[in-house]
Amino acid sequence: MSDHNYTPSSKFGKWFNDRLPLLTLANHLTDYPTPKNLNYWWTFGGILTFCLITQIITGLVLAMHYIAHADLAFSSVEHIMRDVNYGWLIRYIHANGASMFFLAVYIHIFRSLFYGSYKAPREIIWILGIMIYLLMMAAAFMGYVLPWGQMSFWGATVITNLFSAIPLVGESITTWLWGGYSVDNPTLTRFFTLHYLIPFLILGLVVLHIWALHVPGNNNPIGIDIQKPSKDTVPFHPYIVVKDLFALLLFMIVFAFFVFYSPNILGHADNYIEANPLVTPAHIVPEWYLLPFYAILRSVPDKLLGVVAMLSAIFILAALPWLDTSKIRSAVFRPLYKQFYWILVIDVLVLGYVGAMPAEGLYLLIARVATAYYFLHFLLILPVLGKIEKTTPLPLSITSPVLGGSADLAMAKNTDIRKEKL
Amino acid sequence: MQRIFKILFFLLVLNTNLASSISAENSSKLLTTDWSFKGPFGKFDRASLQRGYQVYNEVCASCHSLKYVSYRNLSEKGGPEFSVKEAKAIAASFEITDGPNQDGEMFTRPAKLSDKFVMPYSNEEEAKSVNGGAYPPDMSVLVKARAGGADYIYSVLLGYVDPPENIKLDDGVYYNKYMYGNKIKMPKQLSDGLVEYSDGTNATEEQMAKDVVSFLMWTAEPHLEQRHKTGFRAIVYLIILTVLVYFSMKKIWSRVETNV
Repeated sequence: MSDHNYTPSSKFGKWFNDRLPLLTLANHLTDYPTPKNLNYWWTFGGILTFCLITQIITGLVLAMHYIAHADLAFSSVEHIMRDVNYGWLIRYIHANGASMFFLAVYIHIFRSLFYGSYKAPREIIWILGIMIYLLMMAAAFMGYVLPWGQMSFWGATVITNLFSAIPLVGESITTWLWGGYSVDNPTLTRFFTLHYLIPFLILGLVVLHIWALHVPGNNNPIGIDIQKPSKDTVPFHPYIVVKDLFALLLFMIVFAFFVFYSPNILGHADNYIEANPLVTPAHIVPEWYLLPFYAILRSVPDKLLGVVAMLSAIFILAALPWLDTSKIRSAVFRPLYKQFYWILVIDVLVLGYVGAMPAEGLYLLIARVATAYYFLHFLLILPVLGKIEKTTPLPLSITSPVLGGSADLAMAKNTDIRKEKL
Repeated sequence: MQRIFKILFFLLVLNTNLASSISAENSSKLLTTDWSFKGPFGKFDRASLQRGYQVYNEVCASCHSLKYVSYRNLSEKGGPEFSVKEAKAIAASFEITDGPNQDGEMFTRPAKLSDKFVMPYSNEEEAKSVNGGAYPPDMSVLVKARAGGADYIYSVLLGYVDPPENIKLDDGVYYNKYMYGNKIKMPKQLSDGLVEYSDGTNATEEQMAKDVVSFLMWTAEPHLEQRHKTGFRAIVYLIILTVLVYFSMKKIWSRVETNV
């Protein structure tokens, strides 16, 4: 990479850069060699950065007007919606922004699954990503509690109650989380504090995520390593910047449709009823982006095992780089994996659907089958597939249209070249 | 490239489908009417909102509060747009408790524009004891707080029918075709000619229901018109910018042989 040779042209620039190499960093970010053949599924990293910043800025403004108190939270939100200048816009952007954030992150994750971006040497990027995803879920859940509507209150009750499933100390932990004997004002104030904190933790992890990405560089749709940077890559600026911007604008159009024309479609009507500890809503459902995990939780008859299954469903992702034994990254060259990939996508969508339905009868049966398949995919199918699958030949390089014989040969070449570089 | 548009198109279709499927949770059953505020260019019908206020004031307000709405809102843009004078007169027709004064006494005075709508009951317990144990919900955001929204409230208002023979109703409980669970503690409120509209509109049941539900849609979303207008501008702006960026991108990427 060119950063090591970089010297600022001005005298002051050189003086400053010797003391704090910010200009070297800026130079690295603009020159960062990016594979030429990235498709639009790769634009979601930039889109997610936009989502995070949007959530932080709108959240900051909301926090100036919001009151974290069980008696005042609901009316302070109505105050924002009615009396604060453009408060309705800020709040609708923030509320729908959470959904857009998850929409983008799911695309980002499934892109990684398809193109094998989690495989060596990118395991740390992947694990950092899973940590970001976990924190996002925590932030979103706590954010949903803040308006103190019926779904806020009962959602918080259901989720915090999960901790009571822990043997021996469960009840004490739940009481400790609540700051009392039920979800109440102390719960609200601590959720608000944490909801404010977590985005900044996410921001820190995002910096690490990008840092870790810039060490090996981007994966790409073909999933083979860069052979000749001069031929296979383009500098990040202006090529990727303008492409990311174009994709971001398309994303913002979809975002704007939700914000301006159906701002409440992704929420639940019950959350416009102020929290009432004496009235339980007919169906308690989380926001759409948590539904697959909610379905897994409810598909297990035992409370503790249900919680374990739900958490495992997330943590199993962290082990993915080692569960997937195939050396070939991109699903393009893995005919069998490609099919199982789409089955997994459908499986997760089915889980999301049954998560929104009452846990009874046929829905429960479907949820159980889909849950079992989810784990089967990661624990059995992926490890075995890597051993038995016959992959199609890989091209020799990103730019070369010629196929380079067998997959193993190409891989061998890749490793040889990597060794040469070292 | 084409794929991107396909996906975008899919998302938009999903958006509208979601919109119709959720608002239409019971849609095969729910009644509806030609709401002026629906759709991306939807606006409130001022005359209807003003009539709706009249229905609220004369029929609903004796039990249902509007605690997040202020009298000044009645004259604000995008709402019923009463004149400031009219809104002041409306406010002044209500007495509110203020204080304490210098002697430490609470006193009553006519309401001002800055006051919130006066509540019919001093607390929830009073409301319940007067209404046979049922609490008439605050109506400020009622339209957004019910799946089905405006259609649902409209349907409930017009949904009082004789109960089927196999259903027995307790005293003070009424049968409603559209209410969740079909049992409601609010008796039928609207009947033809119940209010006398000053603009000469015929006060049929459907007309009153439509007017009052429009009014409640406004109390739930007071900035709906501004939202629709700003949204249109924002999206047109975004589309133009997207087109410009698209051509910039094509130009920049023409330097390398890869297609974008």
